[in-house]
Amino acid sequence: MTEGMEQRRKERVDRGIKVRTDSLYALLSAGEIAYLALPRLVLILGLLLLPLVVPGMYWQRVITITCIYGLLAVSFDFLAHYVGLVSLGGAFFVGTGGYLAAIANTQMGLSPWLTVPSAALAGGVLCTLLLLPCLPLRGVYFAIISLMYPLFSARVIEALDILGGTDGIMGIDGFPNRIVEQYAPVVLLLLILFGLRRLVTTDFGLVVRGVKDNDQAIRASGINVTYFKAVAVFVSASMGCLGGACLVHIYMWSGISQFALDFSILPIAATVIGGSGTLVGPVLGCLILVPISEMLREFGTLRIVFYALILVAFIIFKSEGLMVWGRRKYHQFERWTRI
Amino acid sequence: MSEEPILIAEEMTKTFGGIIALNRVSFTVNRGDVLGIIGPNGSGKTTTVNCLTGFVRKTSGRVYFLGTDISKKPPHKIADMGLTRTFQVMRPYYSLPAYKNLVIPLFSPRARRTGGWRGGGRLGDRDTVGIDILEEIGFERDSYVPYKNAATLPTGYLKRLELARCLALKPEVIICDEIFSGLSMSEIASMVPLIERLQMDGITLIMIEHRLRELFRVANRVMVMNFGEKLMEGSPEKVMSDDKVKEAYFGSRDIEEVMTHA
Ligand SMILES: Nc1ncnc2c1ncn2[C@@H]1O[C@H](COP(=O)(O)OP(=O)(O)OP(=O)(O)O)[C@@H](O)[C@H]1O
Ligand SMILES: [Mg+2]
Repeated sequence: MTEGMEQRRKERVDRGIKVRTDSLYALLSAGEIAYLALPRLVLILGLLLLPLVVPGMYWQRVITITCIYGLLAVSFDFLAHYVGLVSLGGAFFVGTGGYLAAIANTQMGLSPWLTVPSAALAGGVLCTLLLLPCLPLRGVYFAIISLMYPLFSARVIEALDILGGTDGIMGIDGFPNRIVEQYAPVVLLLLILFGLRRLVTTDFGLVVRGVKDNDQAIRASGINVTYFKAVAVFVSASMGCLGGACLVHIYMWSGISQFALDFSILPIAATVIGGSGTLVGPVLGCLILVPISEMLREFGTLRIVFYALILVAFIIFKSEGLMVWGRRKYHQFERWTRI
Repeated sequence: MSEEPILIAEEMTKTFGGIIALNRVSFTVNRGDVLGIIGPNGSGKTTTVNCLTGFVRKTSGRVYFLGTDISKKPPHKIADMGLTRTFQVMRPYYSLPAYKNLVIPLFSPRARRTGGWRGGGRLGDRDTVGIDILEEIGFERDSYVPYKNAATLPTGYLKRLELARCLALKPEVIICDEIFSGLSMSEIASMVPLIERLQMDGITLIMIEHRLRELFRVANRVMVMNFGEKLMEGSPEKVMSDDKVKEAYFGSRDIEEVMTHA
């Protein structure tokens, strides 16, 4: 490698095609359009085709569940990386959305076409209102308090024997057919993922990111920090509630296991594995973690130990996350240079 | 100059634990004024700014802005009324290019309400408006500087960016907390005309400064603080020649000497 006095180091250089495709000139050639479109196509087609290639109903169900976890992971990543709120409330969002959809379906007789969107919106509002007092908290304090919400909700339902108590709410309508059941979570995940990626680059998204970077400057600009945090929490909570609502229609049952901590913890592990701040990365992380977690189902709650181990391993060996790594490889190459 | 009071501070007091950072400070700023606030380190100048703009909660006292009691209002409401401030320790959004830093204040309710920026307004492109403001404040439009990440900008530009953030709100008042400090003589020389232009545009200014020579060029009134109290207030000439001020602020040294060093 280094002979004699010569010193070398590795440098990273953007690939030519990456530079060319940064501007409008990307439209000049098919190769460059393909360069831009390929990663997106792989994701979109991959998720759409996956249910067709896996063996049997069981694994198709696993993919559906993966997408629901994907919603939670993207929602976690958005809040943590763009707004600076590390939320362990994923399980609370799922539970709220799930129970709201269950009530709307069994008590008011609404069809899944109506319960899912309305549970997402109403659940988003409800969760935001309940989290409102915690919004001034930062970092780990917000994390701890947000973890209390799902624990508390499950205990309340259990102790007061409301909402079906420990038996849960049964007799919920399923989705109208297999195709809808299979693809509703997939399509919703894709739409939300791309929508959110657009959102964080708008002027609104810039302000939200400013809230994380530098909330004093936001205040000095005459902008209400709490309002923007609340809107961001609403977006994030709605996504979780959406996942929860889909879940109860898939299982045709809603119970306190919807407040299970897996919904809070697994998305975080998936985000770390996939690459935080990329939004796509967490989905990738879920595609890896959820199937593994399904295979370990017989270990019960011990699975949390397994998430923890994966997390630790990733933090030690490849802290940047798969998506960050992959993106770098795609856009840049490395070469040795003399110093 | 008309004598219309725009900002009134009444007996502002602030204590941190046992320390009295501000002790019953009162003053009035008229529309179109350039009020200089000077005083030794730790005399409570920044605390005064924080109390006026709502960034710290006053222990007691009142502040009136445009005739409204803003003593209990949160900082974003105060900024929304048009009382803006820069930070002594600059606070840009480091991960964003300079012009994107302005998109955030341009998104504020006040900027959207007052609008009127060329190409601005509800549907306007905030990026172009941001670059316009930067040009106004001394970023060369055709250079790469407006597009550089705020983290890589030199101090001089960061100070200008602080001012630009205030300007994006079309403010009534700008409070500049040591906007000259850390700048070279030539950078200061290029900032002074800018300050004079703001004043001509009808913006009321409060300037906290250690650089007295430049301050006295633009200020029409000066307030001197020491140990959290207001020592005196008056025209620059009067302040300069006051014995008490010389004693407290400049120690035993001759004021002329300090001014040439400032
Ligand atoms: N957050 C705080 N907590 C405790 N004490 C504080 C705080 N902020 C300011 N002080 C104290 O209040 C006093 C006034 O501080 P202030 O920052 O207002 O001074 P200043 O006049 O702006 O000084 P400088 O010229 O160095 O900027 C100082 O004694 C300082 O230690
Ligand atoms: Mg200060």
